[in-house]
Amino acid sequence: MSSSIESLVGKEYQYGFTTDIEADTLPPGLNEDVVRAISRRKREPAFMLEWRLKAFRRWQTLTEPHWSNVTYPPLDYQAISYYSAPKTAKPLGSLDELDPKIRETYDKLGIPLHEQKLLAGVAVDAVFDSVSVGTTYKEELKKHGIVFCSFGEAVQEHPGLVEQYLGSVVPYSDNFFAALNAAVFSDGSFVYVPKGVRCPMELSTYFRINAEGTGQFERTLIVADEGAYVSYLEGCTAPKRSANQLHAAVVELVALDNATVKYSTVQNWYAGDEDGRGGIYNFVTKRGKALRNAKISWTQVETGSAITWKYPSVILQGDNSTGEFYSVAVVNNRQQADTGTKMIHIGRNTKSNIVSKGISAGHGQNSYRGQVKVVPKASGARNYTQCDSMLIGNRCGAHTFPYIEAQNNTAIIEHEASTSKIGEDQIFYLKQRGLSAEQAVSMIVSGFCREVFKELPMEFALEAQQLLGITLEGSVG
Amino acid sequence: MNTAFLEHFAALPQEGPSFLAAMRRDALARFTAHGFPTPRNEDWHFTSPAPIVESSFEPMRPMAAPIDRSAIAPWMAGSDEWPLLVFVNGRFAPSLSSTASLPVGVRAMSLASALLEEPTLVERYLGRVASFNEQAFAFVALNTALMRDGSVIHVARDTRVSRPLHMLFLTDDAADGGVTHPRNLVVVDRNAEVSLIEQYASLAGGRSLTNAVTEAVLDDGATLRHYRLQRENMRAFHTGHVDARLARDAHYHSFSFATGAELSRINIYATLGGEGSGATLNGLYMLDDVQHCDHQTRIEHARPNCYSRELYKGILDGASHGVFNGKVYVHAEAQKTDGKQTNNTLLLSERARIDTKPQLEIFADDVKCTHGATVGRLDALSAFYMRSRGITAATTRRLLTYAFAAEVLETIELEPLRTALEALTLARYAGE
Repeated sequence: MSSSIESLVGKEYQYGFTTDIEADTLPPGLNEDVVRAISRRKREPAFMLEWRLKAFRRWQTLTEPHWSNVTYPPLDYQAISYYSAPKTAKPLGSLDELDPKIRETYDKLGIPLHEQKLLAGVAVDAVFDSVSVGTTYKEELKKHGIVFCSFGEAVQEHPGLVEQYLGSVVPYSDNFFAALNAAVFSDGSFVYVPKGVRCPMELSTYFRINAEGTGQFERTLIVADEGAYVSYLEGCTAPKRSANQLHAAVVELVALDNATVKYSTVQNWYAGDEDGRGGIYNFVTKRGKALRNAKISWTQVETGSAITWKYPSVILQGDNSTGEFYSVAVVNNRQQADTGTKMIHIGRNTKSNIVSKGISAGHGQNSYRGQVKVVPKASGARNYTQCDSMLIGNRCGAHTFPYIEAQNNTAIIEHEASTSKIGEDQIFYLKQRGLSAEQAVSMIVSGFCREVFKELPMEFALEAQQLLGITLEGSVG
Repeated sequence: MNTAFLEHFAALPQEGPSFLAAMRRDALARFTAHGFPTPRNEDWHFTSPAPIVESSFEPMRPMAAPIDRSAIAPWMAGSDEWPLLVFVNGRFAPSLSSTASLPVGVRAMSLASALLEEPTLVERYLGRVASFNEQAFAFVALNTALMRDGSVIHVARDTRVSRPLHMLFLTDDAADGGVTHPRNLVVVDRNAEVSLIEQYASLAGGRSLTNAVTEAVLDDGATLRHYRLQRENMRAFHTGHVDARLARDAHYHSFSFATGAELSRINIYATLGGEGSGATLNGLYMLDDVQHCDHQTRIEHARPNCYSRELYKGILDGASHGVFNGKVYVHAEAQKTDGKQTNNTLLLSERARIDTKPQLEIFADDVKCTHGATVGRLDALSAFYMRSRGITAATTRRLLTYAFAAEVLETIELEPLRTALEALTLARYAGE
């Protein structure tokens, strides 16, 4: 059984191609001039430059944190180029104007934009390195008053909204990587859904790091005004390179009274090779703020990256607000993941629900780190956390670090965690029903993750299942 | 950096065997290098030792006046017949102690006498179990550098001791402003079995620091039942560290009962170093007012086919602050590990606070490990049911609170002790 499973797990990264496009790239290094240059290139208003500079100055006073359960060689922030844009970055009227090579890249990734138009209403804002190159369905969304565009465009066209909400959930001073991102972020997505509007389609962005030696620092800001609803999908892939690349993104979600924001991620950045060479360092700050009766739901499927280090969080500020976190994190070979969530209960009668599934194979190290905090005035808070780990092989590790901090006696908090392996008897049973060992493992793993996958929009759920299969190929034995 | 402790070290009498002097110097060097931990140290995240660090404690003065046996009756758990070692203000009190009833094969004596009578035994085990190489263990380092007395217990091969051994550490009026570093060593040889009560209590209300370390070595097939009771006065500071090392098929049962001290921190560590061994760590902390009590447990599964069971419960009233951190660490070779851990906390008051962190670190695949934690107040449905049967609100609250604690008290195998602690718990919540 072991050999067949190992052969399964060893499948190569199939998104590891690069696209040869001329890029407008800043030389490596970081100083105030670089920050100014980025801001200038993006023709930003003064408030943006000022904010970036404040962030940069703050960043200089901070030191890189090392409390997580991951190890990596020191990063040289002066060796990274902080801006890379395809040269054809003139505004595009339609998808047909896209550089054919970029189109080809997307086709290889399996997201042909023109086909997606015909598909079940998925609007895509594709981010190619740092500049958004194509946005679909904008017109359709415009009818509802929904703004869905690249961050750069939002700064030009909706500076008021950007100024009001930028940094309102993740301030530039939040942490080392968030400060770095605030100083140098080049693009990202911006969504604004007006009062009472239910966004008629799933919004989606596909991120991709292409140029070598560039860090990707994108920033996403989603604002759902009172009573609005939006579901947002994010997918990530990166080409295969031998050097490590840093990805320090920030995502801010704002759900005003009675609003709902659902944010789903399928993260499949390049994970490095079997010996841990190359791969993305995915150090991301994601946080949402839920006001009265609002709901924020994070769903993530983390299969890629050499190192994943992120805690999508919800600040349950308003009374009766709800936070959810559904996560599947898979590590194989030399991958490391330290991920989980923070639920900060501040309003009254707030609820949070956490379901985390970790799968470790090869030499992978998978940590769940979560915080459930109930402040003194947050009466009636309710949390349920379930956190399961599965180990495949005895060279990997699964770790759980839940922090439960309750300062109000009306809080009800429950935390459950388990660790186990795939049972021989389960595999035996499935084989006896005519399935191969490989199929059996895949089925058991799918079952293990089902609670999370059912939270994903359908197309994503299928992709996530496939990715899981690819990541674990060859690991079972 | 508190230099008072360096002065204490300089003032230590230059006596005892050379291995001890070397170990003391090493421990002091570690302490000097690392200093006291702060909440930036992950193991001290929720407990700041600042109140201890900022107080300047003197080495504790000897007992003020002779103590009558009747004065220690409240701590006797109902039995005068158990072998007893009493320490007052950190010094062995032979007049209060009685080891006459010890069966053949068991030796129990003060550390000071053991250094003279059993130097080989002490040298072989003392300081070999409790590590002080990290900043988090600054108090263990201090204890190692400054220990004066404590108890040494040795149970010879195949000896089954029916009566428990009671080690009672008292402080009196003269303890105010003082610090002691009790140090205990328990060695249980192959297939031997013993129960121990390690109790800390105050006869007066002054502020003092007890910084205790207990090392336990369990040989193949040995069994140790260890009841640790921390019942010092409400102004006391208490730091305690228990480290047990288990060989093949050994069993360690620990119960930590904590109701005393203003600020307390208790580490209970067990290393399952032999196949088929197992540890059961249970505990109950009941706090009120501004008390702060932190329990850190760590079970290290180093060998295959071991089990661990853990149940810690807390009842927090007033503005008290409870902390629980339960670490279960499973090494890559520790296949077939079976681990289960539970922490339940009952918050009786609006100002009480709990920080709990049940933690699993697992490097082996063929394991079954679970942990669970709950925080809440008394169950409204149970209360409603009891009220509907005509039970008053006050009695309902009292019964439910007691029932919450009883679940873990019931695991105490030593019947007289269980009865005494149950009565204590019932009385504690009777007046409300």
